[in-house]
Amino acid sequence: MSAIVFAGSAQFSAVAILAQGGGAGAAIAAAALMNSRFLPMGVAFAPSLRGGPLWRALQGQAVVDASWALAARPDGSFDRMMLFGSSAAAYVTWVGGTAIGALWGGALGDPHDLGLDALFPAFFLALLLNEARSGRARGVAALGALIALVLVPVAPVGVPVLVASLAALVGLTRSAREAVLESQEAEGEPR
Amino acid sequence: MSTGATVIAGCALVTFAIKAAGPVALGGRELPIWFTSVVVLLAPALLAALVATQALADGDRLAVGADTAGVAAGGLVAWRTGSIVACVLVAPAVTAGLRLL
Repeated sequence: MSAIVFAGSAQFSAVAILAQGGGAGAAIAAAALMNSRFLPMGVAFAPSLRGGPLWRALQGQAVVDASWALAARPDGSFDRMMLFGSSAAAYVTWVGGTAIGALWGGALGDPHDLGLDALFPAFFLALLLNEARSGRARGVAALGALIALVLVPVAPVGVPVLVASLAALVGLTRSAREAVLESQEAEGEPR
Repeated sequence: MSTGATVIAGCALVTFAIKAAGPVALGGRELPIWFTSVVVLLAPALLAALVATQALADGDRLAVGADTAGVAAGGLVAWRTGSIVACVLVAPAVTAGLRLL
């Protein structure tokens, strides 16, 4: 599953539903909702891609949360090599780690005791602190977190993060568009 | 086909389709400024939502625990030192330490 799905939170939610006695359809639906956040990420990444539809579809597969965030540049474009490189490293360690866990998982102890559930949110928080330098970005981050938290008790797992992406619509305001124009002109390549 | 195999195949297909949708639909076109402006803000919105749902919730309910404190400690380290590596080392360490108590 790690080798061909390669999306941790979707894998975990599908397995959790099976473990609770849910059916295959419910498990797949949960994984789809969990992965729906890749839709806006793919939309953001798309302008930085080259090539025909099939090649673009294949390049889109490389998007995972961490590499997407690492490759994002302040002007809205993406460092493709950064994204492919960090995804490749993540893929090897993810599949390798799954194999190690399946073979020797019992000997490693409970991941809960090791505090490993704090690792990913801490990593995303560090990226966020790095990313959100402007007051506008910080406001959007606060809004996104608020939307997600309000929805957690009422929406299926995965939906809160998807809906929180709507906070980025703040970018439609005139002042936000002017800020983008200024940053592009500062780089000497107006589009 | 067993349930396990069905779920794995279904998840693989659905995930492929979701990840392919954005890059295929948008082609290689030049995009208007309002679009770029929204895209720039997608990263903070999604990152903040991921942090909030993982550190302050447990599945479908809000929950504060040792992991919340660990993530907060990691965030403090990242903010003060600017080091992502230090942040991801401190967060699990603090969380595990609190659970030992």
